[in-house]
Amino acid sequence: MIASATVVLGSLVLILATVVYKGISALNLDMLTQVPKGGYYLGEEGGILNAIVGSLCLAGGAMALSLVFALPIALYLQFYAARSRFAELARLALDVLWGVPSIVYGAFGFIIMLWLGMRASLLGGIIALAFLELPIMVRGMDEAIAMVPPALKEASYALGATRLETAAKVAVRQAAPGLLTAVLLAFGRGIGDAASVLFTAGYTDRLPDSLLSPAASLPLAVFFQLGTPFPAVQERAYASALVLTAIVLGLSLISRGLARRLNKHVIS
Amino acid sequence: MEDTSGILLPRIRGERRWLSLAWPRRRQQDRWARRSMALLTLAATLLVPVIAVALFLRARPILAAVPLKDLLLSTAWHPLKGEFGFYPFIMGTLWVTGVAMVLAVPPSLLTAIYLAEYAPAWFRAVAKPLIDLLAGIPSVVYGVWGMLTIVPLVEKTVAPVLNRALGVLGLFRIDNPTGYGVLAGGLVLAVMVFPIIIAVAEEVIQAVPQGLREASLALGATRWQTIRNVVLRRAWPGVMAAVVLGLSRAFGETMAVLMVVGNVVQVPHSVFDAAYPLTALIANNYGEMMSIPLYDAALLGGALILLLIVLAFNTASRLVLVRFLKPG
Repeated sequence: MIASATVVLGSLVLILATVVYKGISALNLDMLTQVPKGGYYLGEEGGILNAIVGSLCLAGGAMALSLVFALPIALYLQFYAARSRFAELARLALDVLWGVPSIVYGAFGFIIMLWLGMRASLLGGIIALAFLELPIMVRGMDEAIAMVPPALKEASYALGATRLETAAKVAVRQAAPGLLTAVLLAFGRGIGDAASVLFTAGYTDRLPDSLLSPAASLPLAVFFQLGTPFPAVQERAYASALVLTAIVLGLSLISRGLARRLNKHVIS
Repeated sequence: MEDTSGILLPRIRGERRWLSLAWPRRRQQDRWARRSMALLTLAATLLVPVIAVALFLRARPILAAVPLKDLLLSTAWHPLKGEFGFYPFIMGTLWVTGVAMVLAVPPSLLTAIYLAEYAPAWFRAVAKPLIDLLAGIPSVVYGVWGMLTIVPLVEKTVAPVLNRALGVLGLFRIDNPTGYGVLAGGLVLAVMVFPIIIAVAEEVIQAVPQGLREASLALGATRWQTIRNVVLRRAWPGVMAAVVLGLSRAFGETMAVLMVVGNVVQVPHSVFDAAYPLTALIANNYGEMMSIPLYDAALLGGALILLLIVLAFNTASRLVLVRFLKPG
């Protein structure tokens, strides 16, 4: 059993070590601050700023979009539908949704875009990613709100507050660290996902300038650069993978740290 | 308009707040909030069927043009000639997923048992965030790791050794010496599903009532006997659900697999053969699918097949888990 645990944890170490070791040599400031210039994919000047900015816009936009839906849904599940049949069904549906492969979200996003007459664009990518992030966010928030002590809710009701007031003014504050963790978890999932943006966001060497123009993304930058036959460009794919990994791991550290600091309004 | 009837709330951020007691208005707000939130929740609940129906509508032309039997069982894949046989891709997915599960299940379950039953508290506190981290690594990074580490490992070490030892079995015959193939895909996928199986299985094992363990230990059973005969027997449905959840994740994984399986349209016969899973097919060909007749319907039909299989697995295992982890 200890050997199995070692295999599991060892593979994590091995993955991180491989990505850092291979990525660090090609990583430099130009990579992070410039967009690809002419001949970039032949191994010449430029960087992956387009993909970094594109990914942040995609995942950030999707985070904002799914937040608008996720918070009300989570509050509804906890405050209005607490133990009803409907809540059970909704939770089951969200869990199942969590397991839907991201390529299916990509295909679904693509169908929506065809239906709306849109081209591959930042907005299309945001929509597809929002579907992907929604169940992650709702279930995280659902669990965070469930941890709010019942006595706190009862105190609020006893003061004459309605359920809405209790949910929005008391529970949200008390659960804030957990809610933030859920949001950042969803963001991290979104930024790392390639298959859903492949159809919907397209790829471009420029920075995204509007919601309707295509947007690059880091996972696809890794994928496309690896696909070129030039070793120098492949090195940059490793560096891009390192940047992506650093963002994702950084996010998970930040969310742990922030969750601890955000407890100003939390009554323990 | 200032509300003067009300209750003074405690200071929050230095400012005084009043809780309005204008009862009807506030109750109306509450009612509206309930209705709109219920509507959003309903929409999210219906998302799964909506996705399935949307894919079905887009895939209908191909279902009308090609008999379902040919679609699923024919090996002829020539989109330009209008021949769409999904069999090689379905088999590719099954092979890669099968190898991944064979490799992933034993270590994940043993790790879950260790974490739940044996590990000291400090080790759990360290290991669980790390395992979560493994779940958070983007799939394209897994793909890069697969290309850099797993593919050369398979090519230079695993393939020659296995072939020398077991080459007489067709399963380990080498027709494809590149390292890109079913085994590489399976290895990468196995690592990707570790965290899912471990997290769910551990939760399930921990949910087994403590009293059962104590009863078994009190009868003189050893720890391992207790785990095998009492804990695992009780936790069995939940553990199976954990495995199935991992399986469906492996089934739908795209990017990482695409990068290491070789992508040759064929039915694999050995673990070293290249394969072309369904997900890779969709991801690789989205670019040209709008320019060839029926191609888009075929690919979106592929996505539909994927979705239906994953839905069946997921719903079944979630239903088991809901029942299993229900408090009380």
